[in-house]
Amino acid sequence: MAQGPLATSGVDTGLARHLLSQMMLIRRFEEKAAENYALGKIGGFLHLYIGQEAVAVGAASVLRPDDYAISHYREHGHCLAKGSDPRRVMAELFGRRDGLSHGKGGSMHLFDKSTNFLGGHAIVGAHLPLAAGVAFGIKYEGRDRVIVCYFGEGAVPQGEFHESMNLAALWRLPVIYICENNRYAMGTPVERALAEPNIWRFAQTYGIPGEAVDGMDVLAVREVVGRAVARARRDREPTLVEARTYRFRGHSMRDPAGAIYRTRDEVEREKLRDPIVLFRQRCLTEGTLTEADVKAIEKDVNDLVDEAVAFADASAEPPLEWLLTDIYKEA
Amino acid sequence: MGKLNMVKALNLALLQEMERDEDVLVIGEDVGVDGGVFRVTEDLHRKFGSKRVIDSPLAEAAIVGTAVGMALYGLKPVCEIQFSGFAFQGFHQLENHAARYRQRSQGRFHCQMVVRMPYGGGVRALEHHSESEEQFYAHIPGIKMVIPSGPRNARALLVSAIRDPDPVVFFEAKALYHAAREDVPDEIEALPIGRAHVDRQGGDLTLVAYGAMLRVAREAAQILHDEDGVESEVIDLLTISPLDRETLAASVNKTGRAVIVHEALRSFGPGAEIAASIMEGAFLSLEAPIRRVAAYDVPFVGFAREKANVPDVGRVVAAARETLAF
Ligand SMILES: Cc1ncc(C[n+]2csc(CCOP(=O)(O)OP(=O)(O)O)c2C)c(N)n1
Repeated sequence: MAQGPLATSGVDTGLARHLLSQMMLIRRFEEKAAENYALGKIGGFLHLYIGQEAVAVGAASVLRPDDYAISHYREHGHCLAKGSDPRRVMAELFGRRDGLSHGKGGSMHLFDKSTNFLGGHAIVGAHLPLAAGVAFGIKYEGRDRVIVCYFGEGAVPQGEFHESMNLAALWRLPVIYICENNRYAMGTPVERALAEPNIWRFAQTYGIPGEAVDGMDVLAVREVVGRAVARARRDREPTLVEARTYRFRGHSMRDPAGAIYRTRDEVEREKLRDPIVLFRQRCLTEGTLTEADVKAIEKDVNDLVDEAVAFADASAEPPLEWLLTDIYKEA
Repeated sequence: MGKLNMVKALNLALLQEMERDEDVLVIGEDVGVDGGVFRVTEDLHRKFGSKRVIDSPLAEAAIVGTAVGMALYGLKPVCEIQFSGFAFQGFHQLENHAARYRQRSQGRFHCQMVVRMPYGGGVRALEHHSESEEQFYAHIPGIKMVIPSGPRNARALLVSAIRDPDPVVFFEAKALYHAAREDVPDEIEALPIGRAHVDRQGGDLTLVAYGAMLRVAREAAQILHDEDGVESEVIDLLTISPLDRETLAASVNKTGRAVIVHEALRSFGPGAEIAASIMEGAFLSLEAPIRRVAAYDVPFVGFAREKANVPDVGRVVAAARETLAF
């Protein structure tokens, strides 16, 4: 954990390859999702994670498979980073029977028991108490697992954010709350929504560690979340992480440019800090990866995503009988 | 076997289920050290400690929301909300999360949890401390809504609720907490959720009630018997949702007449669904319009006028007589 945020030293080729390929997978996945949305194959608004990949990938890289993750509705990246099969994620976006939620959840409601991914949640702020509850369960059983809970800065004015911070701190729960501050909740900039726009500072109110991190730097995220995870495992101490990031696309596909509430200049300027470009450049400069490595990764993720789209396309729609199933446990 | 009031009977259910299954835990405001507003959780903290009997901060969304998380992890939380009128800050967590995890995840995640709360009038309290809001919960697919009518069935239904793999909202009539004692067996007893109980047999009229209104229906049935020579069948619903439609239809197919009694508001209340269900199951047997005796469509009035708002025996008897005279 000693490496400085801007150097890759201490990162071996294997890890570098993993981080880069995960980020590139998410990027490619989202680009293809956007294409297929335009083709009418995907319904449900579609909130793209493009620009924020370093947060999910950096955080997930310090988790174990038996750790948990829970998220809001911009969750494709979190779900993929936790290890879900891209084919089944894409099939869910397509509303097909082989989707993670059998085509009945859609883009905002991905759940994967095999990776302990507890879902995407569409109601802003509402899933934060669930994370505290899962962390309570972990502690109750005396395990050393943790849960990470992702949300946007739009959730911070909600009561459930504060109720959850309070409980996590009061009961010392092994939960890491990761606020992805991409500066806009739809069209509302954080300065117009929060009396204290430095979100990590809310941790001080509750007497728990709080840290801001450059969410465009995958290694910095990895380091900060890594520390938080270690504290949670060892000391059952919760943490609030504010990852400062930016979404390059609009809020959803209905807001493709996202250029009413922010300037084009601003968007272009932020794109200069593309997390994938930054990390790739560092790896190449420092020799952790070669051009050939990067090319190979690119080909691999492109193939994976093409396969995911083909898989989703080939999957049937959910049978009509499924409309009425899984409401109660069937006798 | 002991003679227990409803508070003690519910306490026994919690105690025995907690002894039986260490994944069962209790969470709510003042449920621990203090033993709960109505003392339903009395002594549990002493027996099981803070790990399993959890005094939560005053935050209903957090209570219900964390309970959902606990349930997702595999625990079996029993939440207490101090009064049903305080539940709405946690309502969202029930409606949007507890109720939907099974469906959204195609059965791979589910929420085995109970949310208990006292409801109803008759204790000289104000609005939020006297309301009946069962219709909100009964309306939600994925939630079961249970309302016992006495100590013994309260104990047996709470046991079933705790063991049920789906989320159960469990209403306890405040007016019944200390109203009567019944023999409650020492050994654990469970009653099936979703099954109504025919409390009194009769062939002339069906009275449908639940919770604190069962007493009212019983008394009305007795008056109708004594004064009018009318034999009422009294159905104690016990579960509001899923509704026991078969028992309702079977009864009205026999009697041809029905009066529904509840404390919830009349319009869009449980009576509307019960009446529709009877229509579907017993239309050709009906000899009179189905009547509802319910609270008026106003926010709960203070104790000074609550007797006029909560259905009483006089109103039920009057409605029954109109039905019989139709
Ligand atoms: C309770 C609630 N209110 C409003 C909305 C509509 N809505 C959806 S996303 C969103 C903005 C949320 O922004 P943020 O939490 O920062 O996440 P981001 O979209 O930036 O990832 C709003 C207002 C909602 N889904 N839930």
